[in-house]
Amino acid sequence: MTTLTAGALIPVRVRARRPVPVMIAGGFLALVVVAAVCAPLIAPHPPDAVDLSASLAGTTPQHPLGTDASGQDLLSRVLYGARSSLLAPLALLALAALLGVTMGTVAAWRGGWVDTLLSRVTDVMYAFPGLLFVVLVIAVFGDGLTTSIVALGLAYAPTIARYTRSLALAERSQPYIDAYRVQGMGGTRICVRHLVPNLAGAIVGYLVVLFGEGLMSLATLSYLGFGAGSPSIDWGLMVQEGQDAVVQEALLPALVPGTAIAAVVVAFNIVGVWVSDRLGKGR
Amino acid sequence: MLLDIEDLTIELPPGAAARPVLAEVSLRVGRGEVVGLVGESGSGKSTTARAVLRMLPEGARTSGSVAVDGEDVLAMDPARLRRHRSRTVSMIFQDPRSAMNPVRRIGDFLTDPLTRVLGLSRRDALAKAVELLASVGLSDPERRMRQRPHELSGGMLQRVVIAAALSTDPDLLLADEATSALDATTQAEVLALLRSVQEERRRAGSGLGTLFITHDLPLAAAYCDRVYVMYAGRVVEQRPAHGLFADPRHPYTRGLLDCSPSLGDDSEPRPIPGRPPSLSDPLTGCPFLPRCARAEAECETWAPVAVPVGGGDGSAGDGSAACRRLELVSRSSA
Amino acid sequence: MIRGLPRRIAGLFATLLAASFLIFAAVYAAPGDPAVLLSGSRQELTPEKLAAVRAEHHLDEPLVVQYGRWLWDGVQGDLGRSFQYRDHVADLIGARLPTTLELVGYATVFFVVLGVGSGVLAALRRGWVDSAVVGGTTLAASVPAFVAAIALVSLFGVRLGWFPVTGQGEGLAGRLHHLTLPAFALALSALAVISRVTRQAMAEAYASDHVEAARAAGQSERQIVVQHVLRNALGPIVTMCGLVMAGMLAGTVVVETAFGLSGIGSLLVSAITTHDFPVTQAVLLLMVIGYVVVTTLVDLVHPLIDPRVAPGGQPRSKPEGKTT
Repeated sequence: MTTLTAGALIPVRVRARRPVPVMIAGGFLALVVVAAVCAPLIAPHPPDAVDLSASLAGTTPQHPLGTDASGQDLLSRVLYGARSSLLAPLALLALAALLGVTMGTVAAWRGGWVDTLLSRVTDVMYAFPGLLFVVLVIAVFGDGLTTSIVALGLAYAPTIARYTRSLALAERSQPYIDAYRVQGMGGTRICVRHLVPNLAGAIVGYLVVLFGEGLMSLATLSYLGFGAGSPSIDWGLMVQEGQDAVVQEALLPALVPGTAIAAVVVAFNIVGVWVSDRLGKGR
Repeated sequence: MLLDIEDLTIELPPGAAARPVLAEVSLRVGRGEVVGLVGESGSGKSTTARAVLRMLPEGARTSGSVAVDGEDVLAMDPARLRRHRSRTVSMIFQDPRSAMNPVRRIGDFLTDPLTRVLGLSRRDALAKAVELLASVGLSDPERRMRQRPHELSGGMLQRVVIAAALSTDPDLLLADEATSALDATTQAEVLALLRSVQEERRRAGSGLGTLFITHDLPLAAAYCDRVYVMYAGRVVEQRPAHGLFADPRHPYTRGLLDCSPSLGDDSEPRPIPGRPPSLSDPLTGCPFLPRCARAEAECETWAPVAVPVGGGDGSAGDGSAACRRLELVSRSSA
Repeated sequence: MIRGLPRRIAGLFATLLAASFLIFAAVYAAPGDPAVLLSGSRQELTPEKLAAVRAEHHLDEPLVVQYGRWLWDGVQGDLGRSFQYRDHVADLIGARLPTTLELVGYATVFFVVLGVGSGVLAALRRGWVDSAVVGGTTLAASVPAFVAAIALVSLFGVRLGWFPVTGQGEGLAGRLHHLTLPAFALALSALAVISRVTRQAMAEAYASDHVEAARAAGQSERQIVVQHVLRNALGPIVTMCGLVMAGMLAGTVVVETAFGLSGIGSLLVSAITTHDFPVTQAVLLLMVIGYVVVTTLVDLVHPLIDPRVAPGGQPRSKPEGKTT
């Protein structure tokens, strides 16, 4: 060692606990969750109350964010829409995490053909760019929110499996695993009781990052008409329903839900990077 | 004097370090002279060499002067500084592999200074580059020109780096651990190469000064004319090489020599106890105190100052050492 | 590069076979009679009609034989007939492919120029420029393409009237004019990715020792940026640009739908909503082939740009250990 770079000389300054953008993004997300839960209490109108006389009204005291073509109050619909738009990605991630963590752990623990199978499945999945694998599933099984969630869950599972596998491989070589083995504990028990719980932090951090992407994918599917269907209230669907009004110079019906999607995804990405940085520490 | 560093102190911004990176360093290299600079990691020997090129740590404050051929490097304007770096002084880094851009060809690496600095045409530069490669003892130089760094061994690459460093006929060569990353036989070959370059330039009448930085004190003593020993950002001893090796005056120099076993010496290698201070340790008094066997209470408040020392036979010499108990050391060792 | 080539090509074909089999056999994974699905379930289904569909698709033969037949026909350009349009699928696709390719090409120009440009800017000018670029790319990466599309139409199409909102345009200038907003919507998230990769690659190149060595040898900062920083960051940047461009074929599904463009992306959406299975299969296959071929090409080109990367994408073994 002869080269002393400036960076090596400067002691790492203690980083601010929570950077300001993360605080703002986190606060915003908390607000969105509260709004989704309390939608019936705070929405000024029923979300499906049709009022053709108020069709495409701009911002008025009655409709702070305007109305859509059928005169439905956009603020109320965005508040109610938050429910399905937040719950659906949660369901999707739960499914993907269950599949992915199981696959990844088994592949890392057992190796052999399970591992080979995982990498082959991943290779084929990765041959489908973007949402095309999901589109294929929808083409076969028909559209709908459930199909979208399951298809996206399948599509995300290999990515999570790969990540889990790399973590589990590193963890498996830790001495405590050998210690449990010496005590005669079975592989399944070690994995379920000790190995996976020890990886949980890193995996959750990864899932938070995936949440924003999942929300975006689901909204895109709804927008294309493959996801949530007509009577339900979903941000992606609202954009689709509202886009015809854009040429009539009524921008709110499409832009209000569109902005909601973008804002929530931005917030999740900011929080996600921070969370995965923190939870990923020490490995 | 070719290189004259006078009382150079380099301090990092407050909060970044508790003591100066370099403290009152004075160092001289004359034309045709090979000067060794020895110390452990973090002793400031690389920082000293970089200061000659005014490549200072970010946010550093300096005092003192660095003069090359009488001109103050720390006061040069950007254009003059670039000319200084490309013509007057050349630096050879420890790891030739990381010092060379891996995506560029050896030929580009060599012709770049020739066309940029010496203003040769592309054609002449190519011919000169092949000549340079041959002169540093690389076989098949034409083919080497087209190769990329990963296709050559470490020893070959260091020859390329030396060829490039010498291509602009510099007055001063800074060899920063130039042979430390090489295995023993390659190291010997590279040292022989540097030595022959030195001889050639001496015969040509334009002496090349070399600052030879290494952590290997016996190597420095054997290879250099004069040796500076650094500890915690300070020069603790500077002596003609033979005197230093035969009769080290500073306890640290003595400790360094005792660390390395030599043939025919039955005594056990004795490591110096403790570790060198880091930049976050504030130093008052003698920096070597915690590891010094001869330390006493007064050393804790003694500001280190270079004391002239004579040769081992008691005659007046041209060295110095920074130790409060110097007289005691020399008397007890004599 | 030549050494790794046969293996890469073999891998390419293996992946394509597996993916195409998945696309073909998906019909049989569906609940119920594949003949119903293949005939487009909206139609009135008489037993005769089902029998005709069975005969046309050779549904009584083993799956592998059917797959082989489909693939062989497909290689010869016969992708079957569309139920919806009663046309040859190949003709349908042929008529729409130019629009899609123009869109992808135009978007590629956008994301390469703006993405690399902003990334370089952020790497060279630290401070507020860097923060602005990082913030902007975070935002751009978080806006779904269809939201970006609507926002662009609202602002530049409807409010400002700079760009047409519908139609395809006449002549090159007209087409470009019409495709500008769609291309930008398609390029937006790609731009963010490329900008980040560029910034990161430049920062890494800047931190390497040979930059320090070049500075010590008296090279000017401009030369260092061009010969050392940009040149060395080129490998990851070009690779990422290739991968992102390959993925854009799938992105056209959303953007073409949002802008009402008649390309293969919107064809896929309408084929799915009308249960036009042969068209769905053919478009999916085409997009997968395009994607896999381009990504393989990128992999093969990478070692040419960056000699540190051995053919096959494996980094070369580290040079012999350096002593400290």
